[in-house]
Amino acid sequence: MIKGVDFMIMEEFLAEEEKIIRDTTRKFVEKEVLPIIGDHYDKGTFPTELIPKIAQLGLLGITTPPEYGGAGASYFSYGLACQELEWCDSGLRSLVSVQNSLCMYPIYTYGSEEQKEKYLPKMCTGETIGCFGLTEPDAGSDPASMRTTAKKVDGGWVLNGNKIWITNAPIAQIAVVWAKTEEGVRGFIVERDTPGFETPEIKKKMSLRFSPTGEIVLEDCFVPDENLLPGSTVGMKAPFSCLNRARYGIAWGAVGAAAFCFEKALNYTKDRVQFGKPLASFQLVQRDLADMFTEVTKCQLLVYRLGRLFDEGRASHVMVSMAKKTCTMTAAQVARKARELLGGNGVSLEYHVIRHLCNMETTTTYEGTDKIHSLIIGRYLTGINAFR
Amino acid sequence: MKVVVFCKSVPDTETRVKLKDNRLDKSEIKYILNPYDEFAVEEAVRMKEAGKVDEVVAISMGPERAREALRSALAIGADRGILIKDDVLDGSDTYVTAKVLVKALEKDGAEYGMLLFGQQAIDGDTWHVPGQVAEMLGLPQAGSIIKLEVDPDAGKAVANRLVEGGEEVHEMSLPCVVTCRKGLNEPRYPSLPNIMKAKRKPIQDYSIADLDLSPEEVGKAGSFTEVLSYSLPPKKEAGRKVEGEPEEVVQALVKFLKEEIKVI
Ligand SMILES: Cc1cc2nc3c(=O)[nH]c(=O)nc-3n(C[C@H](O)[C@H](O)[C@H](O)COP(=O)(O)OP(=O)(O)OC[C@H]3O[C@@H](n4cnc5c(N)ncnc54)[C@H](O)[C@@H]3O)c2cc1C
Ligand SMILES: Cc1cc2nc3c(=O)[nH]c(=O)nc-3n(C[C@H](O)[C@H](O)[C@H](O)COP(=O)(O)OP(=O)(O)OC[C@H]3O[C@@H](n4cnc5c(N)ncnc54)[C@H](O)[C@@H]3O)c2cc1C
Repeated sequence: MIKGVDFMIMEEFLAEEEKIIRDTTRKFVEKEVLPIIGDHYDKGTFPTELIPKIAQLGLLGITTPPEYGGAGASYFSYGLACQELEWCDSGLRSLVSVQNSLCMYPIYTYGSEEQKEKYLPKMCTGETIGCFGLTEPDAGSDPASMRTTAKKVDGGWVLNGNKIWITNAPIAQIAVVWAKTEEGVRGFIVERDTPGFETPEIKKKMSLRFSPTGEIVLEDCFVPDENLLPGSTVGMKAPFSCLNRARYGIAWGAVGAAAFCFEKALNYTKDRVQFGKPLASFQLVQRDLADMFTEVTKCQLLVYRLGRLFDEGRASHVMVSMAKKTCTMTAAQVARKARELLGGNGVSLEYHVIRHLCNMETTTTYEGTDKIHSLIIGRYLTGINAFR
Repeated sequence: MKVVVFCKSVPDTETRVKLKDNRLDKSEIKYILNPYDEFAVEEAVRMKEAGKVDEVVAISMGPERAREALRSALAIGADRGILIKDDVLDGSDTYVTAKVLVKALEKDGAEYGMLLFGQQAIDGDTWHVPGQVAEMLGLPQAGSIIKLEVDPDAGKAVANRLVEGGEEVHEMSLPCVVTCRKGLNEPRYPSLPNIMKAKRKPIQDYSIADLDLSPEEVGKAGSFTEVLSYSLPPKKEAGRKVEGEPEEVVQALVKFLKEEIKVI
């Protein structure tokens, strides 16, 4: 189902347009991004000139209906696109995940008609890039404990607080910010040029280096009434519904990264000769390859089924947690093995696997850490809340 | 003006070819639209976007999976597809293929201004079909073009082909046949919205009977040529590295070319 790993012959379960979406996305990243990614990763830069190209493909607004400029594709297709994007790089996939699931989804679902018309078409074309501000210095796994406040004033709201680790913040034109009102948590659309809104970039990060990450600093930031997301209920339900979609895409993406690393390791060990024989001819190496292949195949079956259930409206958030947790952890293990099998070359960006390995440190952390997803599954199984 | 693009479903370029019972083992092959046909589709769609063409029709002869190749053409921007699919077509050679394609063109009716092909299919690699179709229809043709200018009002097309040491410029009256290659254009990535739209574009299916052909006229029975056997190319031997000072390396290399493989 992904080029290179389709042991269970899943290809025949894909619709024509799903295959074309997957193949087009692969062709694009292979030709336009893979050749330049090593240098950018090394320097920790992101080429913003890539955004119009990504937008032209329709990757910003995959599930958004055509009347707002989107492709109106299924979540299954969204998953396939995430898989191919992350086959290339998790940061690239993050850009698309954040735009689609964390920004356009809440505007489409909780926004007013005016907000949808104002923001969605420009987000599809990439003129407007969004970011999603939930995490704070003192509120990560427990976002409900956030300190950012929104105080009602005449004609709008005044926001104060700090968000941290926010993907796309340094390049975004708008931010979907979650803040505590007197009644509880609500979502706000904050535009870049609003006085009191700053997004300093976070430097020195050793993971997701192709993705700009920043803080959001809100200092007496006035947001007019029409920028409150009116349809969101008070509380954490709305931001969690966004996270559910992004986590779904992360699970698919991790399969892409894992498949990349597996294929790289397979080809490398078949070619590389040591002790007079290809590395792939040693039993220890074959066991690694067999394990990697099996684990990638298991994850594929999981996301395939989850994708179909998602479009049928039958995927529970616990299923999404299981997929996010296991696919990212598997990808981390597969990348680790691939790194090892490539020997010294494995630590070089030229061979890509170290990049995937470093990226997996983020994908297993953001949108709910591995442990947090275990707690979600545990609570489902036992009925006992072990979060606190 | 209607133009027709011919599309073939072929194994992905990265396919590792395997044989089974003296035939291609197709069990693990992933299929794509023949990359050369992509240039043809792109060119046709650009002519439409430039207002020179009213309709772009994509035609494929092949098994059910060829529908995917047509869908790819529709996603790039073709308006509708025609799929010629029939079990008895199995084993058809290039002559039969050309004959069937011509029948489908006739069946579709409506005049066409131009027929566009990829210069070759990356699987069979015969380069036969476009020339055969042009011959059967008595149309002028230019192969392996890198530039195309069409003037529907004047009823002519100018096509440039790469030849050794330069370019050859052909002026042809319409309708005409062209085959496309790299350099003609840069095929676009079909966008997700267009892929979704392509889902709703029509594909007309034809059987052999629909085209007034009998089983004896197609497949192995109707073919002039038959594939007797397949074999894989000999396994590549490990390369040899020539090391040393530049002069030594050159001498060793010349000796190798002259004495061992005798190419100079
Ligand atoms: C590159 C990157 C991009 C990001 N992008 C965004 C973004 O766009 N928007 C956004 O809002 N956030 C973003 N984040 C933030 C991310 O979601 C958080 O880092 C994540 O939720 C973890 O929160 P934390 O860092 O505060 O860690 P903490 O919550 O402090 O967790 C630290 C450790 O404690 C464990 N832990 C926490 N609670 C429990 C418990 N009850 N029981 C057992 N163990 C526990 C965790 O599993 C973890 O191992 C991003 C992070 C990174 C690294
Ligand atoms: C940062 C860095 C600094 C270095 N500094 C030095 C230095 O100063 N001097 C120096 O000489 N070298 C140095 N090296 C090279 C290092 O010692 C080699 O990378 C290491 O010995 C592995 O060799 P290789 O990279 O060729 O991997 P390979 O030997 O190709 O091994 C690739 C993989 O195959 C496995 N493998 C190999 N043979 C077998 C077998 N028979 N059975 C099962 N598995 C097998 C290995 O465990 C590994 O996982 C350095 C490497 C790095 C990354």
